[in-house]
Amino acid sequence: MDDDDLSDLYQEIILSHNKRPHNEGELDPRSGEAEGYNPLCGDRIRVYVHKTDSGLLDAVTFTGEGCAISRAAASIMTDSVKNLDPAGVEAKIAEALEMLTSKEEPEIDLTVIGDLAALVGVRHFPARIKCATLAWHTLESALKGEGIVSTEEG
Amino acid sequence: MTTTRDIRSDFPILSRRVGPGAGKPLVYLDNAATTQKPRHVIETVDRFYQHENANIHRGVHYLSMHATDAYDRARERIAEAIGANHPAEVIFVRGTTEAINLVASSFAGDRFEAGDEIVLTTMEHHANIVPWQLLAKRKGLVLKWTPVTDSGEIDLDAFRAQFSARTKLATFTQVSNALGTINPVKEMIAIAREFGAHVLVDGAQGVAHGTVNLAELGADFYAFSGHKVVGPDGIGVLWGRRELLDSMPPYQGGGDMIERVSIEKTTFRHSPERFEAGTPNISGAIGLGAAFDYLAKVGWDTIEANERDLLDYATARLGEVEGIRILGPQDTRGKVAVISFTMDSAHPHDIGTILDTEGVAIRAGHHCAQPLMDRFQVAGTARASFAFYNNRDDVDRLMDGILKVKKYFG
Repeated sequence: MDDDDLSDLYQEIILSHNKRPHNEGELDPRSGEAEGYNPLCGDRIRVYVHKTDSGLLDAVTFTGEGCAISRAAASIMTDSVKNLDPAGVEAKIAEALEMLTSKEEPEIDLTVIGDLAALVGVRHFPARIKCATLAWHTLESALKGEGIVSTEEG
Repeated sequence: MTTTRDIRSDFPILSRRVGPGAGKPLVYLDNAATTQKPRHVIETVDRFYQHENANIHRGVHYLSMHATDAYDRARERIAEAIGANHPAEVIFVRGTTEAINLVASSFAGDRFEAGDEIVLTTMEHHANIVPWQLLAKRKGLVLKWTPVTDSGEIDLDAFRAQFSARTKLATFTQVSNALGTINPVKEMIAIAREFGAHVLVDGAQGVAHGTVNLAELGADFYAFSGHKVVGPDGIGVLWGRRELLDSMPPYQGGGDMIERVSIEKTTFRHSPERFEAGTPNISGAIGLGAAFDYLAKVGWDTIEANERDLLDYATARLGEVEGIRILGPQDTRGKVAVISFTMDSAHPHDIGTILDTEGVAIRAGHHCAQPLMDRFQVAGTARASFAFYNNRDDVDRLMDGILKVKKYFG
């Protein structure tokens, strides 16, 4: 962890999503919601989803308290899955979790994955990876209707 | 008088660098979580395993007798250091958590009945909350929570208001791990006595910051962990009044705690053996004895003076920074050298990560005191906690790190 790593972690895109998150707030009407919780640090977010009759995820929002990484990750997550069909959402979740947690350094096509790529900086801060994955796991639960997900289970 | 420079050279870890590459010199400000160990403790434990290791209270051979003697002497040394009336009042346990669980099980669990009440405070560490919640659920006990004031302190009238004729026990911390607040323990004990309640004091944080005289304090039980007083981890002490301990059933069953075992019936030894089933943490106990020897050598006056200087200096320096809010007593005389703070612009975890890149180790989060965090409506705080081996340079490095946080977060 040197200053370059730190600048990668807290790059402008992340700081801006943290300060002015996209899609923050409750969603009404909604077709599902879930709470994500990291008992180690107390971070807690809720993700709300709405699907059209054809299954398209036409709205995703979040609420909650957390560090810059967890808030930026939630904001970026909502942007990147909105208006995707179920297969598209599933692929995006897999892509994000792969990027954040894979053992190998991921190859990232910046033109394709946009702001999501800004989260890759957490890889050099192992203690912070769960901050970045929380929103994605919570989205998964909201879609499955599971209710509550914790970073310390499963 | 011992200078901080001499003291620092006693702690090998303080000269290391942390982080990748050349790294940064370590600034260790997470002493409320665990303290670093002086060479005297490290070498005492090392010597035990290299030259003295054997099981205790069993063998007739030279090493076993020697180890038994060292273990017993450690108990005597610790009893003396904390002002116990007798070494038998000192029970070796794994730490504060186990000490509290022992009281919950063997004392409260054995004699309290449904409807009996226990008084606590909302500034307790989870270790002094969860055992009582578990017991309350099992036995139908009522837990009464003393609120904390806006300055993170206990108001004695509010404390008194929690008591009734059904109160059987008051259990509270001497010093808040999350805020550093020094509680008026003597007055709190006096109030509990008026209502005929027993008292357990959680000394996990208190024991590290000043002399403790348990014979004078007037509590029934006092719990602390070795690793927070420059001793090894995995060893701690439950102190209890002797007549009370001898009236309590064992906590765990096994070897070393029995008088005689037959198929029909087993009789138990007195305290402390009654509560020390199985082979104990022998090296840990001996190491903890060495820790108290070391602290006595440095001198509690020096320890308190160094910590007070650091607390006042760091409080003033942090006070210069716009957007920093220090939780807990605003008058530093009401607290130990713990500074729990939030920043308007940055979450505690982000503060912690950025300080870490400067080699500054602090704790960020809820400090295992979530009810207290709820009370102040924060998810967590950043906590810098000092020990007597820290110095003003450490505070300056902390400030450099804070300015770096401001650079990113404003």
